[in-house]
Amino acid sequence: MSALQIQQDEINKELVLQGEKPIEKIARIIIRDPLSLASLIVIILFILLAIFAYQVAPYPAQGAGKPSVSTTMLSPSQEHWFGTDRLGRDILSRVIIGARPALIVPIGVVAFAVLIGAPLGAIAGYKGGWIDETIMRVTDLFLAFPSLLLAMAITAALGKGITNAAIALIISWWPWYTRLVRGITISLKERSFVEAARATGVRDSVIILRHILPNTISPILIQATVDLGTVILAMGGLAFLGLGTQPPKPDWGLMIAEGRSYILNQWWIATFPGLAIFVVVLAFNLLGDTLRDIFDPRQYR
Amino acid sequence: MSDPLLQTQDLHLEFKTSRGTLKALNGISLEVNYGEVFGIVGETGCGKTVTGLSILKLLPDSATITKGEILFEGTNLLALSQRQMRKVRGGLIAMIFQDPSASLNPVYTIGRQMIWIISQHSSLSHSEVVELAKRTLEDVGLPDVDRIMSSYPFQLSGGMQQRVMIAIALACKPKLIIADEPTTALDVTIQAQILALLKGLRDNYNISVVLITHSLGVIAKTCDRLAVLYAGHVVETGTTREIFKNPEHPYTRGLIRAIPKPEKRGSRMVSIPGNVPANPGAIIGCPFAPRCEFAMNRCFEEKPKTYQIEEGHYSACFLALNNKP
Repeated sequence: MSALQIQQDEINKELVLQGEKPIEKIARIIIRDPLSLASLIVIILFILLAIFAYQVAPYPAQGAGKPSVSTTMLSPSQEHWFGTDRLGRDILSRVIIGARPALIVPIGVVAFAVLIGAPLGAIAGYKGGWIDETIMRVTDLFLAFPSLLLAMAITAALGKGITNAAIALIISWWPWYTRLVRGITISLKERSFVEAARATGVRDSVIILRHILPNTISPILIQATVDLGTVILAMGGLAFLGLGTQPPKPDWGLMIAEGRSYILNQWWIATFPGLAIFVVVLAFNLLGDTLRDIFDPRQYR
Repeated sequence: MSDPLLQTQDLHLEFKTSRGTLKALNGISLEVNYGEVFGIVGETGCGKTVTGLSILKLLPDSATITKGEILFEGTNLLALSQRQMRKVRGGLIAMIFQDPSASLNPVYTIGRQMIWIISQHSSLSHSEVVELAKRTLEDVGLPDVDRIMSSYPFQLSGGMQQRVMIAIALACKPKLIIADEPTTALDVTIQAQILALLKGLRDNYNISVVLITHSLGVIAKTCDRLAVLYAGHVVETGTTREIFKNPEHPYTRGLIRAIPKPEKRGSRMVSIPGNVPANPGAIIGCPFAPRCEFAMNRCFEEKPKTYQIEEGHYSACFLALNNKP
């Protein structure tokens, strides 16, 4: 191929164009945007709080649920920054320890929802035909119920408690990912690299695993980040209704429920856990929006 | 002459659409010999791509082959199971697609994608596979192969991506490469390089190439023999030299006349009046007759057979009968 040797120089020039890797791009954009940087810091801070909850909380025993008769209903002060509740427990400690179920459980719920929903969506979109019809009609069935209502019904059936609440939320959340991934898969299926893989004799299961699913990660990531906020809210809602975490364990939703009747006089009991939910959900939503912008090819090049 | 490498015999194919069946291929008979570059030329919708895809049985679900055979080294590919077909795809027959930037998976490095495909069709050890991948990338004229192996597709230019695609096709040592419009998405200088590379495959590795294109210019530069397709029919087939020198079918003549020439600058571009028939299978006579300047009554009533003009040069036109010496 001597004619090709001559063209080497031209190709060497071509090789100059080198893009940055996606992860570097995400990091660069997040650091440049103060709002998303702040939300990322808030999320990391809350995750650290959840991990080191018992080391950080000023009254770990009370935080976990031990009543203290001598300190009931104290307003915020030097010793108790967020005040104390009906049973004299330090609200700051309970908010910090309550970050564990509030963060870890929704992360687990979203992770399982993705693990169940995404492969089903990829199979439905790739295979088409009756397989697609069957899977999608089942998701339609689940999506026809309001998700919180469905979760409530499932928890009521399975029994109260945080594990059942999590299972209930997984059951009502996975169909969204099936829909999302199926849509992307149908468009990916027509792309040449999937056809090229078929043309080199790659089997369908390998195509779905290697070529379809990895290309759905960025939309899934965006959806999951926004969903984390929603699932935290839903967990809070279930706990508020008494279907999630059971007392005396701390949980933000449960604490709001407990403080509800004192909201006019002892405002701090319900306000601080409410603020915690507000800040975390807001942070996840803002971060989700930024990720959406980054992966939208029409913005940020 | 020995048996051809690939032979399609009287291939008929239908698409089922919501408005009824569409007969896309109506008796395609082609022969591709060992070590030759064979061109398939025709306008959009004439069945070029479908012919290429049906050889590998990569047709969409709506398409069915209703008649005919595809023989590859004597084996009827249409009779093989999906499992046996997977060995043929990539291993014996490789395919290169139109848009190289879409043909590579954007989330993996070039190296990883090459290693997967090579290991699927061979029993080499990992280090041997890596070695083979690098050597093949060098063979297709890419510099700095280590860097390319660790690059993502979007870090390469279109020409380099197409070279990578050819390297992937080449690495499994197929006997036939089907290239479907391999240069359409590339600019003209890169186009010439890629065509030279494809021709080089024939010269250096004795691989046969089926080049599907709508450009007679590309065919003239690259192919040994060619078939002109019109509305799912082969209207003319022969050696490139013979067809350009002595085109027989009025459609081929029209195509050659429509090639813009530098000395005719400023004058109107020549074109063939009319449009491709929407459902060629429904036509009783010659599919080209409505657009043909020489059309006779017979052309609308009866489908012309394939008539030999010279050794290896055939035309599906009644005129070929009359002009025969």
